[in-house]
Amino acid sequence: MKPAEFAYVRPASVAEACAVLASNPDARVVAGGQTLVPMLAMRLARPSILVDILRLPELAGIAEEPGTLVIGATTRQVEAERSSLVASRLPLLAAALPWVGHPPTRNRGTVGGSLANADPSAEIPLVAVALEAEIVTEDEGGRFAMPADDFFIGPMLTAAPEAGLLTQVRFPVWSEPCVGVGFHEVSARRSDFAFVSAAAQVALDPDGRCTRIALGIGGVGDRPVRLDVAGLVGTRVEGDRVAQAVEAAAAVLEPTSDLHASAAYRRRVAILLGARAIGDAVADAQEKGAGR
Amino acid sequence: MKVALLVNGAVREVDVEPRKTLLDTLREDLSLTGAHAGCEHGVCGACTVLVDGAPVRSCLMFAVQADGLDITTIEGLASAPGELSVLQDSFCETHGLQCGFCTPGMILASHALLEANPAPTRADIAEAISGNICRCTGYGQIVEAVELAAERLRLANAPRAAAGGRP
Repeated sequence: MKPAEFAYVRPASVAEACAVLASNPDARVVAGGQTLVPMLAMRLARPSILVDILRLPELAGIAEEPGTLVIGATTRQVEAERSSLVASRLPLLAAALPWVGHPPTRNRGTVGGSLANADPSAEIPLVAVALEAEIVTEDEGGRFAMPADDFFIGPMLTAAPEAGLLTQVRFPVWSEPCVGVGFHEVSARRSDFAFVSAAAQVALDPDGRCTRIALGIGGVGDRPVRLDVAGLVGTRVEGDRVAQAVEAAAAVLEPTSDLHASAAYRRRVAILLGARAIGDAVADAQEKGAGR
Repeated sequence: MKVALLVNGAVREVDVEPRKTLLDTLREDLSLTGAHAGCEHGVCGACTVLVDGAPVRSCLMFAVQADGLDITTIEGLASAPGELSVLQDSFCETHGLQCGFCTPGMILASHALLEANPAPTRADIAEAISGNICRCTGYGQIVEAVELAAERLRLANAPRAAAGGRP
């Protein structure tokens, strides 16, 4: 459980980090290290050099732009969890963050690190895909933004440039007055890797009809997936209709089997948790509407 | 690489390989063996220390990454040699430890909780120690220890009775 040798640099800017990455093909970026360091300890990763970006001030922080909440890559998960901006503008991320690891790992782990490592069962990538966030990367060629759905390719595999790094994630903020969220997860024990997770966000009009809906499923296949349940828009989102819509949309899932859960179980639970997350999101939106 | 760590209030300079974890540096270079090497890949929590006041796993951090940061180990909690902090004493009182391997991590995680929240619920306590594995006590007495310490600290910090109290 000791990592192999590597060199360590702490660049002073993103540009300098990109230059080091460009000249060292097997360099790895490290920030919070909560995913990478265990891989180093087990020697599943053996980079020649670690490029530590955690202290780059330009990468940290949460900022609001019109219609968008921008979270810098090295923002600690605990900061996002406690952020009033995240709570008010991005309640789905706020609901998911307590499920990310444990308090001590959230104290070190970063939002960008969770995205860049692309674990199929990770909660932050799931929320990014569900809400159609945009992921911004940078290398010596410049900045590049892409939809989260294109960023995640497979388990621990992303479309990030080979000699670049993830600099920020841009979440669209829903401006509707009544927005509710729901998040559910099944794992062997609390905060362990999810077998299935579901994240839902719903907007209701004053009559209680759905005007917009987003649903994402994680842990089931090799990356988080957004399910198309737009058929529920314009309805009251209640009764059997919800489970039917989720079941139909879940046809696109490609569940995997492992020691913990079979593919059939994962599909069944994905439909159940998806419907439950939508139900919670509707109840949450109604509660917020009643309080207005 | 030369690294300066602020450990339990004192600046300690060490010369370490980049691959040396903060845990191994504390144990081998600074003889602070209270942080325990359990799983060494971030699962068990036995290596928990406070970095800038927040509990983190010292096996998932390299000493070079801790350069200039404020680190508190279990050795730094008591007020003087031979003394125990209120929380440490509460662990003894409620039999919140058996073999003791997980105890430094449990105490540091709980210490950080009580610094932020003087009146935690049982759920708050469970969440705070959820990343620390104990194989002896079954957690019940550990939660009791933290509850007892919270109560003692609240009483110690409570204002004197207003009526007839000293100014």
